[in-house]
Amino acid sequence: MESIILQILNGLDKGSAYALIALGLTLIFGTLGVVNFAHGALFMLGAFVAVTVKNLLNLSFETIDETRLDFLNRPLRVQTPYVEHWFGPEIGATIIDWSVPLALIVAVPVMALIGVAMERGLIRHFYKRPHADQILVTFGLAIVLQEIIKANFGANPIPTPAPEIFIGSFDFGVWLGFDPYAIMYPYWRLVYFGFAAVVVGAVFAFLQFTTFGMVVRAGMADRETVGLLGIDIDKRFVIVFALASIVAGFAGVMYTPILSPNYHMGMDFLVLSFVVVVVGGMGSLAGAVASGFLLGILQSFASMTQVIELIPGINQVVIYLVAVIVLLTRPRGLLGRKGVMEE
Amino acid sequence: MLGLNKADTRLYVIILIMLIFAPFILNPFPDGSSLAQFNAGYPDMMQKLVIFGIFAVGFNILFGLTGYLSFGHAAFLGVGSYAGVWMMKLLTMNVIPALILSVLAAGALSLIIGFVSLRRSGIYFSILTLAFAQMCYSLAYSVLTPITGGETGLQLSLDDPRVIGTSQTASGNIPVPHFFGIEMGQGITIDVGAWSFVFNFGYYFAATVFALAMFLAIRLFRSPFGLMLRAVKSNQSRMSYTGLSSRPYALAAFVISGMYAGLAGGLMVAMDPLAGAERMLWTASGEVVLMTILGGAGTLIGPVLGAGVIVYLESIISTINEAVLHGWFSGLPAWLDSVFVTIIKPFVGEGWHLLLGAVFMLVVIFLPGGIVEGGQRLGRLFRRDGARGRKNGAPKNGAPKNGTDSAEQPGE
Amino acid sequence: MGILEVTGVNKKFGGLQALGDVNLDVAEGSCHAIIGPNGAGKSTLLNCLVGKLMPDSGSVTFQGKNLLGLKPHEINQLGISRVFQTPEIFGDLSVMENMLIPCFARRDGSFRLHAFETVAREKSLNDEAEQMLAEVNMLEKRNMQASSLSRGDKRRLEMAMCLVQKPKLLLLDEPTAGMARADTNNTIELLKDIKDRLHITMAIIEHDMHVVFSLADRITVLAQGTPLVEDVPERIKGHPKVREAYLGEAQV
Repeated sequence: MESIILQILNGLDKGSAYALIALGLTLIFGTLGVVNFAHGALFMLGAFVAVTVKNLLNLSFETIDETRLDFLNRPLRVQTPYVEHWFGPEIGATIIDWSVPLALIVAVPVMALIGVAMERGLIRHFYKRPHADQILVTFGLAIVLQEIIKANFGANPIPTPAPEIFIGSFDFGVWLGFDPYAIMYPYWRLVYFGFAAVVVGAVFAFLQFTTFGMVVRAGMADRETVGLLGIDIDKRFVIVFALASIVAGFAGVMYTPILSPNYHMGMDFLVLSFVVVVVGGMGSLAGAVASGFLLGILQSFASMTQVIELIPGINQVVIYLVAVIVLLTRPRGLLGRKGVMEE
Repeated sequence: MLGLNKADTRLYVIILIMLIFAPFILNPFPDGSSLAQFNAGYPDMMQKLVIFGIFAVGFNILFGLTGYLSFGHAAFLGVGSYAGVWMMKLLTMNVIPALILSVLAAGALSLIIGFVSLRRSGIYFSILTLAFAQMCYSLAYSVLTPITGGETGLQLSLDDPRVIGTSQTASGNIPVPHFFGIEMGQGITIDVGAWSFVFNFGYYFAATVFALAMFLAIRLFRSPFGLMLRAVKSNQSRMSYTGLSSRPYALAAFVISGMYAGLAGGLMVAMDPLAGAERMLWTASGEVVLMTILGGAGTLIGPVLGAGVIVYLESIISTINEAVLHGWFSGLPAWLDSVFVTIIKPFVGEGWHLLLGAVFMLVVIFLPGGIVEGGQRLGRLFRRDGARGRKNGAPKNGAPKNGTDSAEQPGE
Repeated sequence: MGILEVTGVNKKFGGLQALGDVNLDVAEGSCHAIIGPNGAGKSTLLNCLVGKLMPDSGSVTFQGKNLLGLKPHEINQLGISRVFQTPEIFGDLSVMENMLIPCFARRDGSFRLHAFETVAREKSLNDEAEQMLAEVNMLEKRNMQASSLSRGDKRRLEMAMCLVQKPKLLLLDEPTAGMARADTNNTIELLKDIKDRLHITMAIIEHDMHVVFSLADRITVLAQGTPLVEDVPERIKGHPKVREAYLGEAQV
């Protein structure tokens, strides 16, 4: 029992990331009809926004403290981050400590800008082109983006810790009446799950309760008709794309303490997020979120030692297997609608 | 010739001549000159060129003809490589059984993956093939380590239980791959003046396989089967109301192109007997897609050109570093030199993939028909200018859209 | 006993009864027209015949063989070809290639791995395809890309593609819609000729009464998914029920 709960919890954080990326993917696909292979790169860029914010906050100036000596008996050179200088050591240290959550604020304009640039500069010209071309051009873009990151940040993962108060684990076992230390769950993962839930809720509320969201949903249901109604879809496309970028960027920013960012994390997550979208049903927002969590949890179950002993290698392939089974038995995915992407 | 029409025969003869004289053609710069780094006439490079040529020609049979965009073809290449090494470990260092097993293994895997993936079309198909390839890749890295060698890769060792032949040579080395006794590494070097031309058996073996593969591809393009594959791309609904079942056609194309990939993988280990999982990575799949698109999907010669350009650029450009760049611009004023170097540097050496991605995008955006279409556009431009000069008017009926060398000659 | 027998076919889309208890009996060698106002279920009926839709109940037999549950390509291989309301052709291919595909389909069945034959060397099939193109006056356009043809030419090409298969039954869904009067007359002549010379049975959906009365041996009037009357053209013209339901609006 304890291990089952533990696996569900372990699946939640990965599932949250899948759900957030898949949400943006299916939003873009449903409204714009474009298959965005560069969406994983947006997730990756989000993570590197966090890295950049951390680096900026750590920018320091050097002073020489004559009163102290280093191990070579020279006067000690002291690095003082500007923020500590400006706001005083305590507040400054806190700001640096909270760099990941702070990066969210920076991520909004940055990711929105990247999204708009991508849509206006590139994707827009591919609405009428075949899907194969869309796949290819966004695939090329994904390579370019990740190589730019690699050139600037190097190939190694960059550790980006969570604020100190979230370091450590929450003892779910005690809370649920099991033995202590039976179910330990890192605080930050809990935060990530909560954060993902809030973002998903916000996106759904936005689509449900605003006029803009209504038009977007109508567009997803029947693109042609909405176009015929004389609604300026073009402008809305930009906003949808920016929104999806921000969501993917958020997912990336907050994921950094769980997985140290590296340049290829986007593609790693993209492949799985596509599977998530396909399993959930192309064009179904609820399906994307549900299957994101479902597959995340399934994957962590398959990673249990007992399961691996039973079926070796299952942890590596379980998601793909599920995708194959779903596509063979329910071609439209779990919550897919008729007529979406059926050529 | 051999069932080819006139135009195809001409194309094929040109290809044969290029293959035979490649050591000369690709080695235009004298040794020791500053341009010698741009030579491609050394065995490693020439082998790579024809092997990736086979890979791209095979991929084109699927993507170019049927329009199904597979993002998982590297898996078949990888499986072909593993199968080839195993055949060398267990049976013989003769490359023929290795190649046969490579093709069969890749064919079997592509039959399974194709059968499942082809139940869906369009974007779903691409995602499914991508997922399957990633699955093969992670399996090769983890559970299948006993078969694949995991991270270190699969290679020959001194205690391979080889049935035909020995585990070690007399001098205690691992035996090398051969074709009925002729070793792949054998060759002669001819020095002419400042040039030295290398004639390597491995290259000529691979080139022969390529010539065969190319011949089969041309025949396939001109066959009723090839016509049906293009029908799959054009209109599957009309196909079914014409009494044709599109899925077996697509599956056959998928398996054939998978076998081509397996053949390429087998040739790689015939030249250098080791195989690693990284050959199955999605970037490798993306690379063959790029080769095909860059050259011109659906055309006969396009994928070969694309493969050539990419393979050549990759090995040339990844060797260029900052010092080389400064060498190029040394004649310029220092500030101009540093400007050029700063602009170019991200794209060379380590930055090869950045250039690859950028080229990929540019080709898809501006030249969806690839090099072949680009050439045709240029050709038309010149012809039109010529016609205008003579008749003072542009011709009314230009060549048909997509007038590729592959398709538009039904009656000849 | 007709070549095609439709008995008690029902089809519902959600709550809408698209076809209600449709019976149809097409005699061999005849031309049977199905007419009716828009939304009467004519195209739905045709879709049930070629395997695009599966009726909820009823039976469809062709030469005594059950068609229901067969895939479209299996139905075609039995000898049923269909011309669509909007022409379905292979737009990326040349006109000649469009013609050759049905030729191969007829000769080689629904799938064959004929990768070592050469299209250009199939002399008899090439001849046949050219002959049929000549009959629809399109021989000079044989090397054009099909998608660049005019709408009328696309229709004629599609018709030729169906005819070159020598089907036993030809289903035509508004074959003259959007055609100029002269083209329409040519099509009528072509179809008449086919019927007389090749004895191909035809079932035709058509709005143009001129076409219907020129070609049809029998007419079924469909209204709201149910057959209203079935009779020879002369009696359909004067039938009060038909006038009321349909012809009244069409001003014959």
